[in-house]
Amino acid sequence: MRFSTGYGPRPAGGGFETFSWYFMRITAIGLIFLVIIHLFINHVTTDVACTSYQLVAGRYANPYWRVYDWLLLTLALLHGMNGLRVVVDDYVQTGAWRIRIQSLLALIALALFMVGTITLITFQPVAGFLGPHCLHP
Amino acid sequence: MYKGQSGMLAWLFHRITGLGVLLFLLIHIVDISLLGFGPNIYNQGIALFGTPIVRIISLALIGAVFYHAFNGIRIMLIDFVPQAVRYQRSMFWAAMTLTIVCFIPIAFFVIGPIFGLNTGNTASGM
Repeated sequence: MRFSTGYGPRPAGGGFETFSWYFMRITAIGLIFLVIIHLFINHVTTDVACTSYQLVAGRYANPYWRVYDWLLLTLALLHGMNGLRVVVDDYVQTGAWRIRIQSLLALIALALFMVGTITLITFQPVAGFLGPHCLHP
Repeated sequence: MYKGQSGMLAWLFHRITGLGVLLFLLIHIVDISLLGFGPNIYNQGIALFGTPIVRIISLALIGAVFYHAFNGIRIMLIDFVPQAVRYQRSMFWAAMTLTIVCFIPIAFFVIGPIFGLNTGNTASGM
């Protein structure tokens, strides 16, 4: 078992686990900013009930918002699914089941990455659905 | 892994909040993909987020995000700052305090509308 002591915390060897260790920390720094801004613009400056199709259409008229959301999608999905991979490593004892479960997780990650990316790239607002609009449940 | 040594509780909360946020992320990618099915279907889906029960779940999730972020900073400080591990316990309480400090104001915005509070920003389009 490895401990984080502040002196030699990284997995030794320079292989995939070392890359993964750095990857989690680098994506974490990016995600802190991306997620907090995301929460602020969808729950504070705008109520979540107003994050309608019309609002998204206005926002996605600027391609930088699509890039922003694509970065959020990509970093969060990779950070989260890599975290789940480590959890599976911790609790799934047999190698064969690890490979099965982690392969399935990789497929789910790839499928959702594609769904999210396609949604962001192909979005074209329907005419007549622009301007402020709040949903009242 | 951080089992035992640098705060079992901090580690356990980090794992649980991480899994919770990941579960929401997977759902959120699917609900946003409703954009491709046109305004009516998308708005029907998003209207769920304005219901009281989903607002309360969202608030719990936002609390989980705050803890995961602040404890993540604690982990990185322990990893990259020499001697920081000595302060891991106080940094855990600092992360908890920051989580609560951020949680209270955002609770007002997220669940306020259930009680008719903070309806001002529901009128904004952007």
